[in-house]
Amino acid sequence: MAVISVLLLIAFILAICLGSTSIPLQSVVSVLTGQTSTAAGDADIILSIRLPRALTAGLAGAALSVAGLQMQTMMRNPLADPFVLGITSGASLGVALVVLASGSAIGVFLTGGLGIGSGFALVIAATLGGLLVLLPTLAVASRLQNPTTVLVFGLMTGYAVSAFVTLLVAGAAPDQLARWVAWGFGSFSAVTWTQLQVLAPVVIIGLLIACLSIKQLNALLLGETYAQSMGLNTKAMHLVTMGTASMLAGAVTAFCGPIGFLGVAVPHIARSLLKSSDHRVLVPASIMLGALLALLAQLISLLPSQFGVLPLNAVTALIGAPVVVLVILRARNGGFVG
Amino acid sequence: MTALLEARDLAVGYGRRRDKRTVLTGLNLTVQPSEMVCLLGPNGVGKSTLMRTLARALRPLSGTVAIAGSDTARMSPAELARHVGVVLTERINIGAMPAFRLVELGRYPHVNWAGQLGEADREIVREAIVSVGAAHLAHRDISELSDGERQRFMIARALAQKPSVLLLDEPSAFLDVSGRVEMVAMLRHLARDQNIAVILSSHDLDLSLRTADTIWLIDGKRHLHIGAPEDLLADDTFAAVFSGPNVTFSVTDRSFRIRTHPRGRAFVSGFAGRVDFARSVLEREGFAPSDSPMAELLVTVGEHGWTANGNGTQAEGQSFADLARFARRTGEGVQ
Repeated sequence: MAVISVLLLIAFILAICLGSTSIPLQSVVSVLTGQTSTAAGDADIILSIRLPRALTAGLAGAALSVAGLQMQTMMRNPLADPFVLGITSGASLGVALVVLASGSAIGVFLTGGLGIGSGFALVIAATLGGLLVLLPTLAVASRLQNPTTVLVFGLMTGYAVSAFVTLLVAGAAPDQLARWVAWGFGSFSAVTWTQLQVLAPVVIIGLLIACLSIKQLNALLLGETYAQSMGLNTKAMHLVTMGTASMLAGAVTAFCGPIGFLGVAVPHIARSLLKSSDHRVLVPASIMLGALLALLAQLISLLPSQFGVLPLNAVTALIGAPVVVLVILRARNGGFVG
Repeated sequence: MTALLEARDLAVGYGRRRDKRTVLTGLNLTVQPSEMVCLLGPNGVGKSTLMRTLARALRPLSGTVAIAGSDTARMSPAELARHVGVVLTERINIGAMPAFRLVELGRYPHVNWAGQLGEADREIVREAIVSVGAAHLAHRDISELSDGERQRFMIARALAQKPSVLLLDEPSAFLDVSGRVEMVAMLRHLARDQNIAVILSSHDLDLSLRTADTIWLIDGKRHLHIGAPEDLLADDTFAAVFSGPNVTFSVTDRSFRIRTHPRGRAFVSGFAGRVDFARSVLEREGFAPSDSPMAELLVTVGEHGWTANGNGTQAEGQSFADLARFARRTGEGVQ
């Protein structure tokens, strides 16, 4: 844990140092500690671009990872995460509907021209959209005991909803469409301080709720019947968990686009690094590891700077896909770690 | 003595209103403290449904279940968990965690929102682990334990809830023979030592008949018979429920016998320690035991071998397998 927190701090500072122009460490530290000796240009870049970007990456990574952990524990399914279960697609639908309904050009909200009020509207729409897709998937899950079927159902619902979103957006002007597609690649860069004022509290509340339900999540490790027999109110727990996961994933999707793989991969990395299924360890570890990996993904996406930046989703897939494969291989050997 | 668990006019089954499937109905059950009850019956007659209803994982279609005088339907989840501990068949798979942490989960209905265990809680957890005889395994990882060892910790976890009733739905289904016997013996001790009512559904007829105070037997027509094992043996309930086209239930053996095509009678005499074995070999081959030497088959058993005379041929041999082969040949000759 201590190692993870040190790495997290390093990644955070690196994410501020590096970018289209590198900023020396001293300037970063002095700006972050409130001294004003730094060149005005650097301070400006740090405060208006790098710092919000790094904060967004950290919050988004933590949010998606905790949402993934909640889904994996609740469904007793090692491959569950907000993306696979369609929460992310549902959130996209919510975003698209709000944007279309408000009549504003898609580009406006994507480039950050929103106030706090519409920011909250967006988050609520994304959360509700996520729940809209999650509910039928969970209804299927409660009838079918086969985890694979549930995942396929979630994936297919997600694809169907994404297709519907594409149809909705297809009528937009070409340059707006291009921006929508770019949003679909995922990015931490477009989030402004104003949007952070919405994103940060929503994510922090979600993470707090997850921390407060650690005892319940641990009871769910034994499956629903046992959890109930030990005194867990499973219905209430389902509502709380679905609500928080949708809120966390919805808020991130609204501002950063649909980001895959972090949610499924991070809980598994945490389990195997810390060799524990205990949520008293897993929840904080997923928060920190999620933030760390998101910051790393952000740094990697900057690498080929002469071609512009890599799509964030490509980077998270490169990190996440091998983890998913490992999980499947281990499950086949009988060592499913839930 | 007042009943600890009491079910009145209970109907159990699945579904609500329109799509209702009643499985068992008109059940009136009472269980006393420290009583061990075994629930027996063929597959699919509703043993699990009844267990799940008693544990409130299913709602009763009608009637009530009360524990220590209060209706379980009105209890909060935590209140119910302080009265009833549950262990199921299913293999649990919770990944890496020391075994005693699993037992600590049993303190769930007693501890605060943060799940913080106090010294008293830890002591209860230790006692629970000791009472299932698994103290030496407490710090091992759950994933490294055998099915039987893991199931012990699942029982310890249920005991850590400090329940007055322990419900176990085929808890030994995955265990080997010695594991089953060990577990049932342990449950019997728990019932007596800790004054807990143990209700156990099982397929293990023989073991249940030897250990239970009370048997709940559901027959193929979904009628429930209740009584001490000996009561249900004496009035031939067991024989009626478990005899089928290929097996009979022998009340004296408390176990099954294969129905074979009758091929005659056999008179067995000789070395006392081995006569019974020879009889059971011959019975399996279709020769009913006979008290008179006027039988189709005459067998004399020695300390190390046998001689037999049947259907005009004589033979002798060492092993019971040889005797079985001889009886088979003779039987064919008889027909």
